[in-house]
Amino acid sequence: MTRHIPGLTARAATDLPVLLAAPRPQHTPRTLNFSYWLASIPPWAPFLLFIVLSLWPYYAFAQTNGDARPSALEALWRWIPFLITRGFLFTVLISVLTMIVGTILGVFLGLGQISPNRIIRGASYWITQIFRNSPWLVLLFIVMLSFPFQIELFGYRIPIPDWTKAVFGLSLPVMANISEIVRGAIGSVPSAQWEAAESLAFTRRQTLYQIILPQCIKRMIPPWMNWYAILTMATPIVSILGVEEVLNLTRQAIEAENNRPELLVPFYGFVLLIFFAYCYPIARLTVWLERKYALKL
Amino acid sequence: MTWTPDQPIVSIHNVRKAFGSLEVLKGISMDIMKGEVICIIGPSGSGKSTLIRCINALNDIQGGSISVEGQEVHDENLDKLELRKKVGMVFQQYNLFPHKTALENVMMAPVKVLKQDKAEVEQRARALLKKVRLEGKENSYPGELSGGQQQRVAIARSLAMSPDVMLFDEVTAALDPETVKEVLVTIKDLAADGMTCILVTHEMGFAREVADHIYFTDKGVIVEHGPPSTFFDNAQDPRTKEFLSQIL
Repeated sequence: MTRHIPGLTARAATDLPVLLAAPRPQHTPRTLNFSYWLASIPPWAPFLLFIVLSLWPYYAFAQTNGDARPSALEALWRWIPFLITRGFLFTVLISVLTMIVGTILGVFLGLGQISPNRIIRGASYWITQIFRNSPWLVLLFIVMLSFPFQIELFGYRIPIPDWTKAVFGLSLPVMANISEIVRGAIGSVPSAQWEAAESLAFTRRQTLYQIILPQCIKRMIPPWMNWYAILTMATPIVSILGVEEVLNLTRQAIEAENNRPELLVPFYGFVLLIFFAYCYPIARLTVWLERKYALKL
Repeated sequence: MTWTPDQPIVSIHNVRKAFGSLEVLKGISMDIMKGEVICIIGPSGSGKSTLIRCINALNDIQGGSISVEGQEVHDENLDKLELRKKVGMVFQQYNLFPHKTALENVMMAPVKVLKQDKAEVEQRARALLKKVRLEGKENSYPGELSGGQQQRVAIARSLAMSPDVMLFDEVTAALDPETVKEVLVTIKDLAADGMTCILVTHEMGFAREVADHIYFTDKGVIVEHGPPSTFFDNAQDPRTKEFLSQIL
């Protein structure tokens, strides 16, 4: 029996485990999925889609088989200023306020998650997990229906408008996700940094605020912006509870136009487009910042 | 009992330390006088680093006692911050604060912890950086410095707290051979200035040159100790002999 020498008289092979590069999608860290996906859309794509959708009225028109009417795009053109200034700006206001409230609460909750006090740490952990993993709409309903519509303070009646309750309701899941961002970012700083600070007689609080947080604040910005884009995309759910934001006003506009069926797709398609126009630059910026910060530190 | 300089500045007595069921230190004792330079050597895993981390209470101990300037380190009521103002430590991986410049790294603890005057601290910090031969690197970030330069910044950072004792935990182990020397020279300068130094090191030549006393540890106990001349040339214990024969 002849023995072959691998590489000389036989094909070179090895019994040693060889690690082949696994095929994987490029640039998709799990935490920023949404922004990466959104930013990967070519900027012209939604406009093309909108043009295609605009052809819908001609299809609907053919079906109704009817007389001459003003075109759907003409109707939309009339409503656009109203939908943007009254509707979408209000949506933006809700999302910004929600983000502010959610961030403030989330930072405290995130710091609570790394508290040396077991009770605070445990409570923060569970609050984070519960709000992070609950359906947003259910949280919104609970807040909307359990909060009073007005409060009495020193004899004054202060009304609480629905939209402020919506802001609070939406800020709960945002809070929980910001809490995770804070906890994760602090955890990503090597423990040797804590030790170095400890050996220089820094207290725990000084270490956290002067050494650990300044190092990871940059790392928190991309995921934080990612959550802002997700939140903005999610704000239309408050329309279910009667808040007069862009989706609600669009429905009302269609009703004002006698509920013509050919209006549906162009109008709602337009709403889709303004959400895209607003969130797309944010997503691009998020991805850009993520890559920029990934290079440093 | 108040401490006077004729007593050991660091006194370690029968210290025991275990991580779970793994006993790392099995009764270690040593006395270190002010101004002495001590080198602890031994095979890896023999508990050297653990021992010096116990001296500034980064690790706790399960038995025995450690005192610094007469003060028990592992006393529940001890103000650890007070201890750490007296004991400086330099790590193998430098652990500089990456978001601060070299100068800021050195200034941070005196300004924030000791609340000293910023201008005065800056003057001292610049002098310290000069002392570790890093003049001109004040405004560089750690990421822009070589390992040896970072380690010297780390030494200056510890010195800025004006400690009475300095702990060096394998400070040259992560360095390129050509930068090891610049760090060792810095430590030698310190020793010459009378700083009490406790070093864990693998640099035998350096230990021989600079140390007043050498401790050889293996498997959690001190096998042999003595002044460098007797230790290196006239080791008694077979374990020491074997270790030295492998290294030298």
